[in-house]
Amino acid sequence: MNPLNIKMPKEKKVSYVINIFGVLAIFLLLVLVFESNFLGGRTTYIKGICTTACYTIIMVASLNLLTGFMGEFSLGHAGFMSVGAYSSAIVTNALIGSGIPNFFLFLIALIIGGFAAALTGIAVGIPALRLRGDYLAIVTVAFAEIIRVAFCNFEVTGNGKTMSGIARLSNFYWVFWVMVVCVTIMYMFVRSRFGRTVKAIREDYIAAAASGINVTFYKVLTFTISAFFAGVGGAIYAHYMTAMIPTNFNFMYSAEFLTQVIIGGSGSLTGSIIGATFLSALPEAMRQFSQYRMLAYSIVLVLVMIFRPGGIFGTYEFSLTRILKKLLAKIKQHKSDDKEKHS
Amino acid sequence: MSEVKKPVLEVKHLGITFGGLKAVDDFCLEIGESELVGLIGPNGAGKTTVFNLLTGVYQPTEGTYYLNGLKMNGKRTHQVVRSGIARTFQNIRLFKKMTVLENVIVAMNMHMSYSLFASVFRSKKFWREEAEIEKRARELLEIVHLEDKADYIAENLPYGQQRRLEIARALATGMKLLLLDEPAAGMNPTETAELLDIIHVIRKKFQISVLLIEHDMSLVMKVCERIQVIDYGITIAHGTAEEIANHPEVIRAYLGKEESEDLYADN
Repeated sequence: MNPLNIKMPKEKKVSYVINIFGVLAIFLLLVLVFESNFLGGRTTYIKGICTTACYTIIMVASLNLLTGFMGEFSLGHAGFMSVGAYSSAIVTNALIGSGIPNFFLFLIALIIGGFAAALTGIAVGIPALRLRGDYLAIVTVAFAEIIRVAFCNFEVTGNGKTMSGIARLSNFYWVFWVMVVCVTIMYMFVRSRFGRTVKAIREDYIAAAASGINVTFYKVLTFTISAFFAGVGGAIYAHYMTAMIPTNFNFMYSAEFLTQVIIGGSGSLTGSIIGATFLSALPEAMRQFSQYRMLAYSIVLVLVMIFRPGGIFGTYEFSLTRILKKLLAKIKQHKSDDKEKHS
Repeated sequence: MSEVKKPVLEVKHLGITFGGLKAVDDFCLEIGESELVGLIGPNGAGKTTVFNLLTGVYQPTEGTYYLNGLKMNGKRTHQVVRSGIARTFQNIRLFKKMTVLENVIVAMNMHMSYSLFASVFRSKKFWREEAEIEKRARELLEIVHLEDKADYIAENLPYGQQRRLEIARALATGMKLLLLDEPAAGMNPTETAELLDIIHVIRKKFQISVLLIEHDMSLVMKVCERIQVIDYGITIAHGTAEEIANHPEVIRAYLGKEESEDLYADN
């Protein structure tokens, strides 16, 4: 009776299907490359870079929720990552050998890592999000430093020494799908009333409050979600590296994530994916320049900022559906042009 | 209009002090259902401060105010909006980088109830609510004549249309009392006339009351049923347009002397 009783618009359904196929295609391509031994002895090395790229994508995309969509700088994202990494490592160390299959153990690790970081996010967010801009950035730096120093002194986290012997539960294929799920959830969040509200707060928080939005609530919510995914990224890190030291998660690591967000385009999740992949692979691809590679890395960053000040993607989202549509339209036009010529 | 209307807004002796400065003092006002009241006064008289008090931006240091008999003191801005007072801003505050349609939909967020999980899994409820809200938002855009601009980025609209979009956004909250802070500022006569039409239509259609701050005297005199004049935070006069125009205190406040010059000569 109600014409608005729509389940899902058809074009959305088509677009989802197209994207699922796109992701599958990328996955199958990577599987083919790795399994066919096409790269020979370098397979493990390249696989390693891809795994790093996957958890970096999660980290960068989650930071983009704060920086790009909420418009607040956080320089302590590695802090949340270390909370996720250590909490999940402690839990899996306790659970290993209890007969739980590796896959479920890995899932448990991800969930523990995510929730531990999310709880920390709430605890930090409620007082810190009263601040804005530079002041908030400083508080997040302070938070990450506190976490680092605390983990250097706790016994469960290795007393400042390397925590090693964490079970290697992750492999590239699992990590790839975890990344896909995480990015999808973030994308759905951004393209919903929640994401809209967060963007409105970025644009003008006074007007947002005057439109009936509980600004503090949505800020803390976004901060928590961002921290959750940082924790998931940390859990992958721990179970991929199998050894870690709190000083890995230092200020420079946080700054690196922020760089990747900005290079990819703050406000674009697909930009984050490109930025994270690009900047994870870049230092490795430049190994041939040996000691000059960090110099080359910096030059690339400067060039991107000169030619694309808004990042590679800006706030634009890459859309497979849109490209396919354009292609189809072009083919159609081509055909009709041909017909005109013939007639 | 002789019948007694139940007051929508009842302000009793509202006041606020910033340090030693009494920005608003002993402010009393009653607005009935679908009534249009004007609030005027010279620059710096405290008009916008009154708006900020009524919308919870500032908490009053004295006095109370009620919306439909409900005490509003101590409520924060978003709670006040949820109770039914919406406003526009003197210097337009839109969500500049978002589309016109999104600007309106954001203000309907409080009428949407789907959860985080529903949005992640794109449940039936998600699609239904999104479709409903979009339809309602487009209806509101039609009222302010912006229906064909729905996909424009808000900051690219001309000034007068941005003002109208702000009104549409305020309407989207589903309020009972609308506070308009200088809606005609910077508009040309055609745009002002259009704005008047819109105010007329929304009052008729939604049965809402309006409190209007305006410097354009011809507009105030034309549309307001009652006018309240404040100067230095103190109410110096209230009454109908004619009463105000000839009120000696008002003339003094605007011109600084008590001679019989015509205050509204240029209008």
